[in-house]
Amino acid sequence: MKSFSYERADSPAAAAAAAARVPGAKFIGGGTNLLDLMKLQIETPAHLIDVNDLGLDEIESTDDGGLRIGAGVRNTDLAADPRVRNDYAVLTRALVSGASGQLRNQATTAGNLLQRTRCPYFYDTNQRCNKRRPGSGCGALAGVSRQHAIVGSSDACIATHPSDMAVALRCLDAKVSTVRSDGTRREIPIEAFHRLPGDTPEREHDLAADELITAVTLPPPVGGTQLYRKVRDRASYAFALVSVAAIVHRDGRAQVALGGVAHKPWRVETAERELARGGDARTTAAALLAGARPTRDNAYKVTLVERTLAAVLAQARESGS
Amino acid sequence: MERFDPERRRVLKATAVAGSAVASAHLLLQAEAATASANATRLDTAATPHHDVRLRVNGTEHELRIDPRMTLLDTLRERLHLTGAKKGCDQGQCGACTVIVDGRRIASCLTLAVMQQGHEITTIEGLGTPRNLHALQAAFVKHDGFQCGFCTPGQICSATAMLQEIASGIPSHVTADLTRPPRSSILEFRERMSGNLCRCGAYSNIQQAIAEVAGVDADEIV
Repeated sequence: MKSFSYERADSPAAAAAAAARVPGAKFIGGGTNLLDLMKLQIETPAHLIDVNDLGLDEIESTDDGGLRIGAGVRNTDLAADPRVRNDYAVLTRALVSGASGQLRNQATTAGNLLQRTRCPYFYDTNQRCNKRRPGSGCGALAGVSRQHAIVGSSDACIATHPSDMAVALRCLDAKVSTVRSDGTRREIPIEAFHRLPGDTPEREHDLAADELITAVTLPPPVGGTQLYRKVRDRASYAFALVSVAAIVHRDGRAQVALGGVAHKPWRVETAERELARGGDARTTAAALLAGARPTRDNAYKVTLVERTLAAVLAQARESGS
Repeated sequence: MERFDPERRRVLKATAVAGSAVASAHLLLQAEAATASANATRLDTAATPHHDVRLRVNGTEHELRIDPRMTLLDTLRERLHLTGAKKGCDQGQCGACTVIVDGRRIASCLTLAVMQQGHEITTIEGLGTPRNLHALQAAFVKHDGFQCGFCTPGQICSATAMLQEIASGIPSHVTADLTRPPRSSILEFRERMSGNLCRCGAYSNIQQAIAEVAGVDADEIV
């Protein structure tokens, strides 16, 4: 690891102020991805601000009946919360399908959103990677791209976002709350939180350097049958090749988001209209993946999305009847 | 069984540095000095401000001055000489470094020691002793839950906390009904232990050891 200085902040304002004060500072929550990347010197923060003492580890009901999840709530605690299990099952299902028991005990809500891609070309510092070293090229494009993105990718980057939690949050229309050192607060809809790679794959979100995530807010419960189906190379402890988060209502309406296929959780409104009109998995998957640019290695994901969606819709019909 | 003695281990290490199994006391001292100075050089050139930390490990408070880059794993092993937790991948993927912090299992390679002040850290050395084995340690011995043994401390720390997670109602990927507390089963154990890899492939015996302690039929069809 490169040398860094360390401090433990005691309030969100103090953490944001510290980030504004020290160039190259980063917040550290669980550390399960940041420390991993620091050991490889892919991340080289000059200063670490420990955000585990900010009092952001509560899950509270909001006035409109939704849930406000503190940024520091551990993945395990979020998945186990009775309100989440009962009213937002897609979120519990997504969380428990990710990582391992150890990592879920450490990983925070905000950290999960901010984790970096697991593209092997990003992780291997001998390889070209526009995300790790802008302008160096993309090793994955002409390399082994079996795990990579099929939609929303660019000539600069075909990496995927690895989070399961974020796919469920996209399905639930969550909002991300932040605060800056000058006290400015904002609420970012989850669909606008993660960026597509375009020409700047090194920028994965629009947060300012001194902007701290304080909470993620869920709307009031939406009901429906909530499912998360993750297809991966082994039954546990692996990233998604394709995942489908779905909230299916009896009247045919549904919210559907995909993981493992893009640089961000992938949700397409026209596909949901197609479903509401009585469309099947084939026509819905076609709408979800309109404009897809798979590589030779990952063209199978197009079929896998359709089949996984078909399985999810069948399961929803079964459990809804 | 002999009690683990960190002093003996240090002498063995120094002997290895000296390159002789019959090194004189003089050589040993030289070797220790050389090792110490090499370590000091490596840390000094980094010019990282050190931190005075208090760590509570297995019920004992330790005051240490550490480089903030020290992971909890490195601190346990290199500074406190608690070498039960192992460095396998050092990337949080293998589970060999699993320890229990405030009752929760974590990967000690993916947290900094400076972040763990004020917490109750339990390592395999704190779970049981050779004369008074923890129930899972005894079960691992009985069911031959290991071959080389490298992953075993992590497996046992993980299993200990894993059973507690089930008892406290935390669901897993294979919990069918999220509205009810999960029940111990082979299926649950297999899913929940996936963060601990065993290259010897002693999984079925590990599963039996855990099942016995949890009072679950190990032959249950999964």
